[in-house]
Amino acid sequence: MFELRIHGRGGQGVVTAAEMFSVAAFAEGRNAQAFPSFGSERTGAPVVSFCRIADSEIRLREPVMEPDAIIIQDTTLLHQVDVFAGLKKDGYILLNTSRSFDELGLSDLVDGRPIERLCTIAATEIALKHIGRPIPNVPLIAGFAALSDLIRLESVVKAIGEKFHGKVAEGNIAAATEAYNLIKARIAEAIQHA
Amino acid sequence: MLKQIEGSRAVAEAVALCRPEVICAYPISPQTHIVEALGEMVKSEKLAPCEFINVESEFAAMSVAIGASATGARAYTATASQGLLFMVEAVYNASGLGLPIVMTVANRAIGAPINIWNDHSDSLSQRDSGWMQLFAETNQEALDLHIQAFKLAEELSLPVMVCMDGFILTHAYEQVDMPTQQQVDSFLPPYEPRQVLDPREPVSIGAMVGPEAFMEVRYLAHAKQMQALERIPQLAAEFKQVFGRDSGGLTHTYRAEDAETMVVAMGSVLGTIKDTVDEMRDDGHRIGVLGITSFRPFPLAQVRAALQNARRVVVLEKSLAVGIGGILATDVRMAMSHLHVPGYTVVAGLGGRAITRKSLHRLFREAEQDALQPLTFLDLDWDVVNKQLARERAVRRSGPAAENILRDIGTVASKIA
Repeated sequence: MFELRIHGRGGQGVVTAAEMFSVAAFAEGRNAQAFPSFGSERTGAPVVSFCRIADSEIRLREPVMEPDAIIIQDTTLLHQVDVFAGLKKDGYILLNTSRSFDELGLSDLVDGRPIERLCTIAATEIALKHIGRPIPNVPLIAGFAALSDLIRLESVVKAIGEKFHGKVAEGNIAAATEAYNLIKARIAEAIQHA
Repeated sequence: MLKQIEGSRAVAEAVALCRPEVICAYPISPQTHIVEALGEMVKSEKLAPCEFINVESEFAAMSVAIGASATGARAYTATASQGLLFMVEAVYNASGLGLPIVMTVANRAIGAPINIWNDHSDSLSQRDSGWMQLFAETNQEALDLHIQAFKLAEELSLPVMVCMDGFILTHAYEQVDMPTQQQVDSFLPPYEPRQVLDPREPVSIGAMVGPEAFMEVRYLAHAKQMQALERIPQLAAEFKQVFGRDSGGLTHTYRAEDAETMVVAMGSVLGTIKDTVDEMRDDGHRIGVLGITSFRPFPLAQVRAALQNARRVVVLEKSLAVGIGGILATDVRMAMSHLHVPGYTVVAGLGGRAITRKSLHRLFREAEQDALQPLTFLDLDWDVVNKQLARERAVRRSGPAAENILRDIGTVASKIA
């Protein structure tokens, strides 16, 4: 079973991100479960969502305590919430930022972790460019699909099509595609330099 | 058809397939998504003929459901927590009048302190209201139980609450097999009421009944729930014939063969318990599970049969009867009268406190060694409790307990669980 935890703030589509990722996994014939952290949803408040993916029925209902992957939609949370709590040693980290892990003062955290599983991406900028709103969730899950190879881009696109229609769907698909390709290129580069 | 959708959406679609004629509701978390989805279906005429009535309160919601049901309409509503408490007088009237309303309770704690998260305090507070109460373990079961609930309610002329864990199920996206309209139509016949308010054949419903007949009317309510004990397993079997899956019934056992320790629970926590039990079985522990689907009527005989060979029983419940301990545990003890089997009550998950495998492993191992107290509060933070008790001893004007504790704990929402 693969367990993903997404951290963000109310209004950034944190819950929708986990839901769409579960829909994308379902489209590939997998079992998936997505649920929110059950907080009272308020704009700007810390929000957590979870997604589990497995090849058999998922019965577990506890929050994801030891994730295989963490997506952080808002780096201001780094000083407020223990976002990396329980992350597995070989776990994935995807951060929404235009800065590097070093620039964010996270060198110690990433030290010794497999570099091909760590990535940052300016997802808010990608969202602004294609969707016109600073909601980074779709580029982040598409980027995570690229980083983890867990889900194909076309499944993310399918999930977008179930959630959005018309222009909004088109914008999100463009954002997802750009994020996916960008991260694929970054990983290739990182492996080459390693 | 298999779908990956939110639990609330799945329930809304299943309720729509049952062809309700009147839906009335007042929004309250975590039930809101269900009635929102139904409202959209009525507006778009995807669900027709059906009248969706926005009401000013939960008391009005149940009152409208009573009125609608009394005219012979198939009536549905949904609520949770304070909303259920606010409609209580009408809740008792619905069952007392024998009106087969189906209501989803998206289980949520009761205040004060105000809390929107999941536990079973709300529907369990209505255990004696005369409504039947069926608890869903998964979103698939929640969906299926609604289809069975209409049939059960209408056959017996008694209302049914379908209870599903708020947020944990209502807000979870997971795979469900959505039945077809044809399947639901073949399982659930049109509603044939025993009593109808009809100007062409006038009757009155709701007479005042004095000491000469009140006991008899009340006894009949009990007798009907006893009939339900027979009918619920039959309905589950009929359901399986049409839909091809096991759903509903009175109780379910899991890995109970040769179990020395039996864990009893209701609702979605059964999933986490089963995963824990699988891991313990792999390590050679003789532990099994009894899940209770029908809380009212309470299946005394089935519970007794499932537990009588155990060496100990752990009832894990998301509710607290203040001043005694367990609510479900008390009913389980009743089922085990004259059996010399130690029983442990574990109050867990109140107000949305996460129930984790880690805590369950520790708890069940302590139970196996008979090292548990008769009443345990799972993962209770004793430091927090003792600090407040000390404060109350130290000064008279110690202030509101909840606010003190929040100040002691510090930042809200900074932890994962």
